[in-house]
Amino acid sequence: MENEQDALIRSLIKLLAGDGELELEQVTLTAKELTISLSDLSGFPAITGLVPSPASKPGLVDIGYTPPARSYPGKIREVILGSTRGDGGSRVKSVTIGGASTPPFHLFEGTDPHSPVVAGSVFDIVPPLPGPVKESFGDALLDPCDWAKAWVDRYGADLIDLDLISTDPYLKDTPVKRAVNLVEDLLQAVDVPLIIGGSGNPEKDAKLLPKVAEVCAGERILLSSATMNMWEPVAKAAQEYNHVVLAWSPIDINQAKELNRKLMGYLPPDQIIMDPTSAALGYGLEYSFSVMERIRHAGLMGDRELQCPMASGTANSWGAREAWKRDPELGPREYRGPLWETTGALAFLLAGIDLFIMVHPGGARTIEDIVGWLADGINPPTFPDFIGVGH
Amino acid sequence: MTKKKLGPMNLYPLLPRTNCGECVPKTCMGFAVQLCERGLTLAQCPPLADPKFQIGLEKLEALLAPPVQEVVIGRGEREVRVGGQLVMHRHELRYFNKTAIFTTVDDTMAGEDIASRVKETSSFAYPYIGHTLRLDGITVRSLSNDVDTFQKTVEMVNGLTGMPLVLWSADPVIISAGLETAGEKRPLIYAADESNWEQMAELANHSGCPLAVHADGNVGTIRSLISAISDRGVKNLLIDPGCGFGETLRGTLDNMTMIRTSGISGDDSLMGHPLIGSPVTLWDLRNSLPDESIRWMESCLASMMTIRYADLMIIRDPSMWSTLPLVVLINNLYNDPRKPVSVEPGLRVFGTPDPVNSPVLITSNFALTYFTVLSDIEKLNCYLLVADTEGLSVDSAVAGRKFNAQKVADIINSSGISNKVTHRTLIIPGLAARLKGDIEDAIKWDVMVGPRDSAGIPGYLKEKWEGVDHKPGWSYR
Repeated sequence: MENEQDALIRSLIKLLAGDGELELEQVTLTAKELTISLSDLSGFPAITGLVPSPASKPGLVDIGYTPPARSYPGKIREVILGSTRGDGGSRVKSVTIGGASTPPFHLFEGTDPHSPVVAGSVFDIVPPLPGPVKESFGDALLDPCDWAKAWVDRYGADLIDLDLISTDPYLKDTPVKRAVNLVEDLLQAVDVPLIIGGSGNPEKDAKLLPKVAEVCAGERILLSSATMNMWEPVAKAAQEYNHVVLAWSPIDINQAKELNRKLMGYLPPDQIIMDPTSAALGYGLEYSFSVMERIRHAGLMGDRELQCPMASGTANSWGAREAWKRDPELGPREYRGPLWETTGALAFLLAGIDLFIMVHPGGARTIEDIVGWLADGINPPTFPDFIGVGH
Repeated sequence: MTKKKLGPMNLYPLLPRTNCGECVPKTCMGFAVQLCERGLTLAQCPPLADPKFQIGLEKLEALLAPPVQEVVIGRGEREVRVGGQLVMHRHELRYFNKTAIFTTVDDTMAGEDIASRVKETSSFAYPYIGHTLRLDGITVRSLSNDVDTFQKTVEMVNGLTGMPLVLWSADPVIISAGLETAGEKRPLIYAADESNWEQMAELANHSGCPLAVHADGNVGTIRSLISAISDRGVKNLLIDPGCGFGETLRGTLDNMTMIRTSGISGDDSLMGHPLIGSPVTLWDLRNSLPDESIRWMESCLASMMTIRYADLMIIRDPSMWSTLPLVVLINNLYNDPRKPVSVEPGLRVFGTPDPVNSPVLITSNFALTYFTVLSDIEKLNCYLLVADTEGLSVDSAVAGRKFNAQKVADIINSSGISNKVTHRTLIIPGLAARLKGDIEDAIKWDVMVGPRDSAGIPGYLKEKWEGVDHKPGWSYR
């Protein structure tokens, strides 16, 4: 009897599953209630839900899921930018980046101690800027200190990046002394941590950046930048005045590693941040994206020369003509350009960037808020409106 | 890479091993290497079609099957393939089958609005590096919850376009009506969930259409659904783990990363299905904000989910400013990192330049830069030097020292341009302005700084070249 019932149930299951037939010959079912227990019939499809019974729950068997969490032997170093009064500087706060022990936002593998931050970008002379950026800052653009204050007061920037581009001998060749005076003014104008950059001209930067380091003694600024052509003067100055160096490399993991190795000969490793170059969306972004992913992975796998936090000059995305071109078919420039910069930043955020340098406040706010949602589980009370920022 | 790392020696014994020469590599070993790197497919070995190799072919197919299934949606010219992924990171090999973008209409919209959204979607086109970027399909969503209304809408959309469709409703009766109308075009059924999965599985089986599995934020439920639905014989499945802003975004990205990691590793074949991102659901949460604010956030979420492995993206409308960044991002991430996006360095001659009056311009060999410049100057009489910037755009190459005085000197020498023109003036891109002095020192030519964007070249030449030192040797033909 036991076997017959078993066979009947098996036939029923096949039938209900849609690929069997059931023949009932010389069978009388006299039971008032036929209970089919499927718990001991593993190997058969779960089919209880097919029995039409509006009250019953669908027969989904919960088979669970084990997240594929791994652990990583390496850890990204923590780097502190800005020094408060208590630590010998004059900043109202310092900012710590780095410390990751898992790939970016792999929350199932662990959480990281510090969230990525955004620095607002200003220049010593107004470069050719896209319209939406000009609108966001208005007359404040005419004075780098006002521009920086607008970033901090109006748009809540965590850090300010000042690039002294006019010092370039092929641009205005502004003397080192005058450029440094502006840095001193900026220290007075804003009280957030600073990034101070040269023009990218190696000979001039070699003279400029040590002087910048000197007048910012005790402030723990980020000196931007050391390159394979010109790293020693910046490393020495950072060592002497206790600053951090931005190690810049041209989308090349081997060069990034080599430069870090050279710098580590002069500096404690927690005074180095790497900039592997951020190409614009549509203009080589994928090369930057992949180099960043590879650097971060190598660091987490234990390569000590690649365990520095990473920075991105995200403003490069404005180089794309799609970001600024006047073309009605491409839609309104006031949204298109900032979104172009933001999209680039989002790609780099998920590739492991710890510090963004951006030019449009709408993009900066978007990144800050999204980082808050992802890293800190912040929940906005209403649907956020980033379009309104900077307009 | 997958844990079961595939090498040419796993494949070679299963090939004909005759070195018949009918494929590009000419030898079976060479073919095996290319198969492994996914440069060639089994169909490119004609002898394998012979029944005597049947068993070998089946084994090869099994070995080469990607850990993330490839699924076809739609039929005919515009059918779209999604999934088929082999790796987590593009630098490990490459991503296959670009993330497909579907826009959405619903059955409460006015007929003319539906028609215009379908038209905007199917005609979306943006020229990029020598080809055209397009959108992939239309989602028809039931909001009326009325069978006839939905069926009529599907009929209308189906009549307007040959693009693949997604049929969106949680009600199997409504989906069934949609399939009656458009089932033979192999639409994606969206979606099976905890409440309807058995009927949805049945519909997928009957119609042969792919089926999306959806459970907001719960991977365990998704896995259970896939297991149960697969057991019913449904093969082509996609996964939508849900989508939201704020705190929910954490879960969205995390779930996508987990699912793809499990799938690629080969340890959990239930997770080896293409992923769907559905940022269009943001429009359900909107308050009084203007459309542009929702578009901004929708585009940001779509980009993040694209990076976190989404193979199909459902957005609301193809508004150019918010869709273009996404389309370009997808194109960037899915190109083959083994092939640099570059053109051959060298000298290009446009029109019939004359040695005295025609200008010499220089640009980078990044394909996008080159094609952009090309479209702006192809009607001029001029010379264009393409420097070897290792596939970087001018601004990236200047920053990265890949466009420098030495590179310029190299191309001046190797191109023989000095024998073609009698003047010694080079026009460099505005984005390379700061190299002017260095280049002058290196090549002993005069260097003029051109416009920052090549669209300005004709105007620039008119103002700075013609009538200053030169006749209009550059002028429009």
